[in-house]
Amino acid sequence: MAMKFLVCISKAPDTTSRIAFTEGDTQFDANGVQFIVNPYDEWYALVRALELKEQHGGSVTTLTVGQADCDPVIRKALAIGADDAIRIDANPVDAMQVATLIAEQARQGAYDVILCGKETIDHNGSVVGGMLAELIDAPFISLATSLEVEGNTVKAKREASGGLEHVQAESPVVVSASKGMAEQRIPNMRGIMAARTKPLNVISAEESAQSASVAKFELPPAKGDCKIVSADEPEELVRLLREEAKIL
Amino acid sequence: MRTDLYQGHDYLLMDELLTEEHRLIRDTARAWVKQEVSPIIEDAAERCEFPKHLLPGLGEIGAFGPYIPEEYGGAGLDQIAYGLIMQELERCDSGLRSTASVQSSLVMYPIWKYGSEEQKQKFLPKLATGEWMGCFGLTEPDHGSNPGGMTTHYKEDGDDIILNGAKMWISNAPFAQMAVVWAKNEEGRIHGVLVERGMEGFSTPTMKGKWSLRASDTGELIFDNVRVPKTNILPGRSGLGAPLSCLDSARYGIAWGAIGAALDCYDVGLRYAKERKQFGRPIAGFQLQQKKLAEAITEISKAQLMTLRIGQLRNEGRATSAQISMAKRNNVDMAIHIAREMRQVLGGMGIMNEYPIMRHMANLESVITYEGTHDIHLLITGFDITGENAFK
Ligand SMILES: Cc1cc2nc3c(=O)[nH]c(=O)nc-3n(C[C@H](O)[C@H](O)[C@H](O)COP(=O)(O)OP(=O)(O)OC[C@H]3O[C@@H](n4cnc5c(N)ncnc54)[C@H](O)[C@@H]3O)c2cc1C
Repeated sequence: MAMKFLVCISKAPDTTSRIAFTEGDTQFDANGVQFIVNPYDEWYALVRALELKEQHGGSVTTLTVGQADCDPVIRKALAIGADDAIRIDANPVDAMQVATLIAEQARQGAYDVILCGKETIDHNGSVVGGMLAELIDAPFISLATSLEVEGNTVKAKREASGGLEHVQAESPVVVSASKGMAEQRIPNMRGIMAARTKPLNVISAEESAQSASVAKFELPPAKGDCKIVSADEPEELVRLLREEAKIL
Repeated sequence: MRTDLYQGHDYLLMDELLTEEHRLIRDTARAWVKQEVSPIIEDAAERCEFPKHLLPGLGEIGAFGPYIPEEYGGAGLDQIAYGLIMQELERCDSGLRSTASVQSSLVMYPIWKYGSEEQKQKFLPKLATGEWMGCFGLTEPDHGSNPGGMTTHYKEDGDDIILNGAKMWISNAPFAQMAVVWAKNEEGRIHGVLVERGMEGFSTPTMKGKWSLRASDTGELIFDNVRVPKTNILPGRSGLGAPLSCLDSARYGIAWGAIGAALDCYDVGLRYAKERKQFGRPIAGFQLQQKKLAEAITEISKAQLMTLRIGQLRNEGRATSAQISMAKRNNVDMAIHIAREMRQVLGGMGIMNEYPIMRHMANLESVITYEGTHDIHLLITGFDITGENAFK
């Protein structure tokens, strides 16, 4: 059955970016940082939605909560093949605010399958999908590694400890995509040209209350030197783990 | 070869001078190259063979005539987009970029600029997808830097011409379906002739034994009384200026491409210097290695700015041949120098095929020679600034 897919897309710093903070370590320093489509949103969620549309018909819309600096990543999603895009013009500050804004659009658009990545690679929150499902009163399948549709039924596989879990739900449903759901798709020149004229609808958002805020960002401690302990000295290894690493 | 860990280097935040679409086009070319070409390029270079299975993909990312209007199968993009694609291709291999440069600037460009409507309709859409490949025959065994002295010629015979002569050093010749050949008519004036594979008396033997640009096929074009319909002559322009205007377009692409090769050498050198330890510390901490790396990123940044400016001027139709010549000469020389310095940063590892630097270095020896040698470009600038012609 032809389905209406909504794919939630956000931008994330390129994995090779130099990470630094400003304003007393409360803001990410975006100066000189390259932004990419969050890989879980792009490689898995968007591409799988496009594959299912190619098999069964339907439409793929992307949705982003963010300001105009998100437009390049949205344009890329359109170049890869999404039909149209919505940007809710708000500064995303916490997951609840983002989920609330998406829920409003999701209800209005009557989508059958709403996909998002399992997490963004910057904040790694992993909660927008679950919150969204709750807000629109739809089933939520998290961390799906495969996705199929049959009629109104959405079937997914999830990695469970030591095996696979087969899950299914009736649409509308919210699914968060994990590695394995699809393969990366590189846009081609036709797609890039077509993206110029595809609709990117900007919707203004009301100020929403912030339920959580960042008190401080901190970089992980620098990696220490690697110590190599000879295989004949297990006692030395135990001593180091106990006295230096203090994990035993 | 190792996993391609390349990341762009943009010391002067030049990305802010590009449009959102330029960046998307560049990043797309980069992603495609990493996925499709990096894993096989070393093998192709070792076997001395252009990997032809890449042709449809090159067409899809817009590497063939991206600035040709959409009605002829191109993408209607600007000159900066073209340059960025060439940069990303040569970041991987100069031979890969050469194949795309020849197709775009030396085959599609003259047909687009000087071809009849029928010629454009017949050739351009197929050339844009890579279904057909073309080559450009200007250089001859006895006429390299002095192409005006060419001896390849034709005489008229009813609705046809009869073409005789030989071209040498022709990129893509061994597998091309067609060739844009520059030849003199009975009055000694140079015209462009579209010669198609299968025409009797036309052959394209491969040139073997290259130590450079091994992943690009190079050959000869031999014309032994080849009968070509007059409708295959480019009607729009004649004289040496016609092929030279194509060289402007190709040299401009090379100027961007050379930045790509330099960026790759710098990227590999920088990563290696941070990881490789000697005397108990990363070699990146030694002043002599820092000098090499600091000079490399400085020269790359200067070249990026110069080339972007020439791209802007080309978009406005204002770039002169001499300005383009300056960028081609400067950037290729800069890239060769960086390749040599970065190879030393890697010590013994620098000569291994596990890293791309030695391949870049050997490739750049062709790039500094074709499309006007380094010396010839010095003479072009010299002529431009003094008004004195030192060529002869
Ligand atoms: C891999 C490869 C691919 C190529 N692909 C193509 C192609 O697709 N199509 C094509 O038409 N050609 C192609 N060429 C040919 C290339 O353009 C010529 O090799 C180049 O123009 C130089 O000509 P030459 O080799 O005959 O050298 P020569 O012209 O003989 O030059 C020899 C030396 O003399 C110097 N010299 C020459 N004249 C002067 C002067 N007046 N003053 C000072 N120094 C001078 C040169 O700088 C050079 O150092 C290719 C070459 C290579 C190596």
